[in-house]
Amino acid sequence: MTDPLLDIQALSKSFGALRATADVSLALVPGEIHALIGPNGAGKSTLIQQIAGGLAPDAGRVILDGRDVTGLNTADRARLGLGRTFQISALAMENTVLQNAMLGSVGAARNAWRFLQPVMGDARLRKQAEASIERVGLEEAANTPVSALSHGQRRLLEVAVALTLDPKVFLMDEPMAGLGAEGTARMTDFLGDLRKEAPILLVEHDMDAVFALADRISVLVSGKIIATGTPDQIRRNDDVRTAYLGDEVLP
Amino acid sequence: MLRERTFNIVAFLALPLVASIALALDEPFIISLATRAAILALAAVGLNLALGLGGLVSLGHAVFFGLGGYAMGILASHAQSYVPLDLGFIVIEGTKSMPIIWLVAVVVSAATALLIGLLALRTAGVYFIMITLAFGQMFYYFTISWPAYGGEDGLSIYVRNDFPGLNTLDPIQFFGLVFAVLAAVLWVMGRIERSPFGLALGAARQNAVRVETVGLSPFRLRLVAFVISGAVTGLAGALFADLNRFVSPTMFSWQMSGEFIIFIVLGGIGRLYGPVVGACLFVLLEHLLSGISDFWLIYLGTVLLLVVLFARGGVIGALSKPDATHD
Amino acid sequence: MTTLLLIEQVLNGLQSGIMLFLMAAGLTLIFGVMGLINLAHGSLYMIGAFAAAAVAAATGSFLLALIASLVAAAAAGVVIEVGVIRRLYDRDHLDQVLATFALILILSEGTRWLFGSFPLYLDVPAALAGPVTLPGGIAYPAYRLVIILVGLVLAVGLFLLIGRTRIGIQIRAGEADREMIAALGVNISRLYTLVFALGAALAGLAGALVGAIQSVQVGMGEPVLILAFVVIVIGGIGSIKGALVGALLVGLTDTLGGVLLPLALSGIMDASSATTVGSALASMLIYVLMAVVLIFRPTGLYGTA
Repeated sequence: MTDPLLDIQALSKSFGALRATADVSLALVPGEIHALIGPNGAGKSTLIQQIAGGLAPDAGRVILDGRDVTGLNTADRARLGLGRTFQISALAMENTVLQNAMLGSVGAARNAWRFLQPVMGDARLRKQAEASIERVGLEEAANTPVSALSHGQRRLLEVAVALTLDPKVFLMDEPMAGLGAEGTARMTDFLGDLRKEAPILLVEHDMDAVFALADRISVLVSGKIIATGTPDQIRRNDDVRTAYLGDEVLP
Repeated sequence: MLRERTFNIVAFLALPLVASIALALDEPFIISLATRAAILALAAVGLNLALGLGGLVSLGHAVFFGLGGYAMGILASHAQSYVPLDLGFIVIEGTKSMPIIWLVAVVVSAATALLIGLLALRTAGVYFIMITLAFGQMFYYFTISWPAYGGEDGLSIYVRNDFPGLNTLDPIQFFGLVFAVLAAVLWVMGRIERSPFGLALGAARQNAVRVETVGLSPFRLRLVAFVISGAVTGLAGALFADLNRFVSPTMFSWQMSGEFIIFIVLGGIGRLYGPVVGACLFVLLEHLLSGISDFWLIYLGTVLLLVVLFARGGVIGALSKPDATHD
Repeated sequence: MTTLLLIEQVLNGLQSGIMLFLMAAGLTLIFGVMGLINLAHGSLYMIGAFAAAAVAAATGSFLLALIASLVAAAAAGVVIEVGVIRRLYDRDHLDQVLATFALILILSEGTRWLFGSFPLYLDVPAALAGPVTLPGGIAYPAYRLVIILVGLVLAVGLFLLIGRTRIGIQIRAGEADREMIAALGVNISRLYTLVFALGAALAGLAGALVGAIQSVQVGMGEPVLILAFVVIVIGGIGSIKGALVGALLVGLTDTLGGVLLPLALSGIMDASSATTVGSALASMLIYVLMAVVLIFRPTGLYGTA
């Protein structure tokens, strides 16, 4: 197996007596979609926060492309190639679609310290932003403010902004949530192709999408990974069935 | 109704228009009123970068206004008395030259903004408001209890400072100078708003996590905005002191900081020309209402309350329609 | 510097600290429960002082004056809350700052219009006018000692109110989760008015108590308001315990700094410049204290992130 691009080693995090993350290890290798699933309250959000840099783990390490980033903040990790999308859209609501994508290009160019040139007049940054918007199919809405976008369009824009960063790995938190059947199908196709550029750690509730897309699946229950394997292995795993029984039906 | 951009140009040109009419009618007081409006506008334009674009509600911008004022007062008083300022390790000659005074005002304000910002920007929301307010009070009480430059009574400068090629004692020439500075700063601020920095700063106000996720640091963006903002307000302070030929601890008072915010909100928050319209309106109201009643602040308070509760776009929002969409 | 003088200054520091607590407690409660930053809290302090001065002048009774301060400030609090403040709970901090700043203008000028620009005086009641001798032979003004005690009693009362009563439970629930207390069937709008009036009454009483030591004048509330802000930033916004600790810290630092700094500096410079430099630095001391606290605890001593 090739070296993982994202290697999570024995992460632990407690809040008082609650062990939100217990000794979690996960690896993301080039070319794969690795899905992280688990019932509500399993500790997925806490884990994502620790991977993205919003929350410091009590123990364990996060290795990004061979580099220990455990002590770095969100912005540093983004600069080192972690492209993240959010469960609840985190966008500049007053700005247009293009402006949000431009923010991504400014970040990718690592140069927000220019004060007098109009950002929209920077052909290189603009081309990059427009290309990302086009890839997710939002070019028609380029000049629409985010506040006027539909829920599904905002999801796509989240992905477009992550694309402008040209990240080494993607960390996607429920990209399908609220997309509807057609949107989910489109997103599924899109992510399926995207994995060739950079592997995706996919946190998702939509089991159809997960089982259609994932190369590997890890199941998180009560802060612990109880199983990791191919979709077939996970489907047949008794522990997983017990954890999900009555909760959701595995396809 | 006018488009916002047209409205802004009209409002902006109203100041020199008023000053010219006053010149023709030989009303120097009106010219100095217009000058005052332009200087207060400049102070609020400075704050607007932090507050309007950056979302940083600083209730302590009087610190920079006062520092600019005292930079002028201290330098000019030493020039006036021909006694250099001896700090022990360095001896500084006083000066009556505006460009030098402005430079000192800007540098001192920027350095102070950096220090205050490093501390205050560790916090957010209501803490930030209260901390900036507290720093303002710190400077206020310090100047009151420090007797060397007049303490509570303030410091008078007998002759207005010099600017190469101008007779600054002529009201209209001084107005022209101030207005040119305001116009130049507005131009720069307009550029900053549309620059990569401006885009990132505005995004950090709306969603700090988004900015972090693209690899930028909201803290650094805000710190730089706070420093530029403080420097501009400091420059305004130096001009204000020169207008009055007087500085006092009042320039540091928190009411002053409050007034800067009022200008921005009266004019319309998040608009480049908001503080200009707001400051002009404020000076006009002050002039008209204080002529009617000793208790004119009651009316001002009522107007302000109504604007906050019911007219959130401010005057520009109420009197113009949005510009056509563009990017 | 004698020990006696030092003890006297410590008592003065306690006295100003405990009065600050009465201001800060209301501010921090209002912020904790309603999420509102209220700049007009200083105006309620002023209203209490003026009401007390007016009633004392008319009746000669200090007790009636104190009651008047409570009633007037609470009533003003209710009117302000229902008329203006209520519309601000869902607004951002900027709107709250501006609207309450506007209230200061209106209330200050209104008071000046009613009472004029000259300061009023509120006399300390005759029975408390003299000094008392404390153990150790320290003579200390009886009135100041009494207001320390009154302040402490009120502080204990407030802790009991918040910790032990039904209203207190509702207030704490309101801090945690607005929707939950609505679900419990508590009338939120009445609870908010009540909390605001309670904070107002405490501020008004503090104004009256301090008004008897200083003068009663327009603008007296704002310096105290800003000190109270420093207090709750140090203590942690929303925390009553933090307000008490912060208030005492600020009161003691301010009072002792003004005495001790010039004294300490007189060792390294001549007497008159020691006084000048010392008192100038002392005026900055509480802000330095605040800065130091924030460097180590950005949300204050007892604040939660």
